[in-house]
Amino acid sequence: MTTTENAVRDYAVRLGDDSLILGHRISEWCSRGPFLEEDLALTNVALDYIGRARMFFSYAAELSGDGATEDQFAYQRDCREFTNLLIHELPKGDFAFTMARQYLVDVYSVAFMAALKNSSDENLSGIASKAIKESEYHLRRSADWILRLGGGTEESNRRLQDAVNELWGFTRELFELDTLEADLVTAGIAVDVVSLRDDWERTVRATFAEADITIPEENWQVSGGRQGNHTEWLGHLLSDLQFVQRAYPGLEW
Amino acid sequence: MSDHMQLFEVFIRSRRGLDHKHVGSLHAEDHAQALEYARDVYTRRSEGVSIWVVNSSDIVASQEEDCDSFYDPLDDKPYRHATHYKLPAEVDNM
Repeated sequence: MTTTENAVRDYAVRLGDDSLILGHRISEWCSRGPFLEEDLALTNVALDYIGRARMFFSYAAELSGDGATEDQFAYQRDCREFTNLLIHELPKGDFAFTMARQYLVDVYSVAFMAALKNSSDENLSGIASKAIKESEYHLRRSADWILRLGGGTEESNRRLQDAVNELWGFTRELFELDTLEADLVTAGIAVDVVSLRDDWERTVRATFAEADITIPEENWQVSGGRQGNHTEWLGHLLSDLQFVQRAYPGLEW
Repeated sequence: MSDHMQLFEVFIRSRRGLDHKHVGSLHAEDHAQALEYARDVYTRRSEGVSIWVVNSSDIVASQEEDCDSFYDPLDDKPYRHATHYKLPAEVDNM
């Protein structure tokens, strides 16, 4: 494997990790949704993300070229080997928290996938073409919920405000570029996430203003996911996600 | 579920050239949300190309006891039925 192939493989794993971990978090709503229709809708979104994770992991496995499979990426790595952005692993919280995170991530994903579509790497560009349609639909739903919850009752507004206060510091990480990604940006392969930030912030601020939600002033931020430094929550998530493969290695059905 | 949600009837057209068919109902806050839920609840296996949602309370339905006066008088006038025409094979949906 060349150095570039190696970097592309790691990049695909990063994007696969983002999708798998968020997909798992959303799937935790299955059978626990606030009502039937929303339960099904959330489960659909979770499936979109898990399908996306499969595409990124399959590509990473192909680049590894050592007989690796997509399942190994999902089931046989431990916390420190996961490179997802931290916002994706935070517990699902209440419905307002889930929707607030989803909205922040959806606005990002639509712009991210539109940019990845122009990647000089055909596989990444192909995955992005499929993912962008899904993300546009996810955004339509989550943006709608932000307005409903923000402009709903005193309680729904308070819950949404609490969620945004908790989440805001985790959004900074979405726009960081480390050396690996910066080199891939130069090569025309990866997305220059720094350039997405202004538009993202403008859109998000406008929606929250309309929903009577205040963006917190505090300037704290957390990052480290891309380097494998995670919150305490990822281990608990993985023990759930990986249990069957850990207990019965190689099990298939 | 909150009491203020409304009931909607969902109609789906499965492909071009066919008509919309009633597929079921769902709860939603308003028409826009009903359309999104209709997509998630009823078209997950690519069943449709077009969705209609109608507030259930907007549907005016005939009553069972009206059957005699509504439909019986039509049955004894066979010249009103198009059953004697032969359809060309190319006409798939009639």
